[in-house]
Amino acid sequence: MNHELTTSAAIKEAMPTVFGYIGIGIAFGVVAKAAGFSPLIVTLMSLIIYAGSAQFIAVSMLAAHSPILSIVFAVFLVNARMILISTTVSRYLPDQATWKNVVLGSFITDESFALSMNKINFTDHKLNFAWLNAANSVAYWVWALASLVGAVLGQFIANPDDFGLNFAIVAMFLGLLYLQIISDRVLGINLQLLVVAITLVLMYIGLIFIPVNILVLVVTLIACGLGVWLRRAFF
Amino acid sequence: MPVDWGCGYAVPSFEYVLLTIIGCGLVTWLSRVLPLVLLKKFQLSPKVTEFLAFVPITIMAALWFENLFTQRLGHLPITNWDNIWASVPTVIAAIITKSLLWIVIIGMASLVIINHL
Repeated sequence: MNHELTTSAAIKEAMPTVFGYIGIGIAFGVVAKAAGFSPLIVTLMSLIIYAGSAQFIAVSMLAAHSPILSIVFAVFLVNARMILISTTVSRYLPDQATWKNVVLGSFITDESFALSMNKINFTDHKLNFAWLNAANSVAYWVWALASLVGAVLGQFIANPDDFGLNFAIVAMFLGLLYLQIISDRVLGINLQLLVVAITLVLMYIGLIFIPVNILVLVVTLIACGLGVWLRRAFF
Repeated sequence: MPVDWGCGYAVPSFEYVLLTIIGCGLVTWLSRVLPLVLLKKFQLSPKVTEFLAFVPITIMAALWFENLFTQRLGHLPITNWDNIWASVPTVIAAIITKSLLWIVIIGMASLVIINHL
């Protein structure tokens, strides 16, 4: 990672995350195909919903013939962390035309968000349209293509885990978390590790009584609040 | 529009699936776009920005930890040992290489090896 906020720098820096999308995108295609959806529908889901885990939920609820509004609401809840992500990113963008914000917002995702939070440690806490748009675009097209490939390959792959596909995205979040912790100069390493440990405990306890679909959002809100409190009280 | 809301025998109709996709797409799009468009017109308070500083690490940690357990509502979660063991070499790869590419490759390879032990 370097200080250049250009399209080519973004494409280069986004390359490692591509493995994450390919892995989980193929897994999504395989699962959706197995649930009876055509490669066309699978690709449309990735192009229009574009929401990772929420798409798995949409597939299982569609297969169960759930009412449209309940599916839409579930997808909204699972993906509501995007509100936080988009809010966080807005702080680092320059004043620019509204259409540019619409384009950046439309294609932002967990991974391009994580990448951009790593990137700002090298750019004096600044982002721009060219860099973020390129990082988003890599994510969007690889995700759609991987889903299509997964849906087509679906008839041949019984278990995506045989290829470590499901773990690709886990490794990616783990890696992005580590890189974020070591490059962040604002919060300090001890406070960050403490907040990560708190997040683990909250996730474990939360799994007992909060449906996993909304748990990430709930835990994020609580852990961020605790982080603010700890920082003021002890750091 | 012939929609079967009840039993799961019929294949979902194309209209039903397409409408659902469009509805889901609309809410995810609004979640992504509205904060970016609106916040450029209003300033965030320092309290909010202090809160947001913790968003990246908590979201990434939560998305990682989510995959280490399987939920049983009302009971302690089941520990997903495969993913926990695969996380160990992945963390080591992170510390040694500091390269996302290697982290993901080592992670995938770790899980494949653990599945075959």
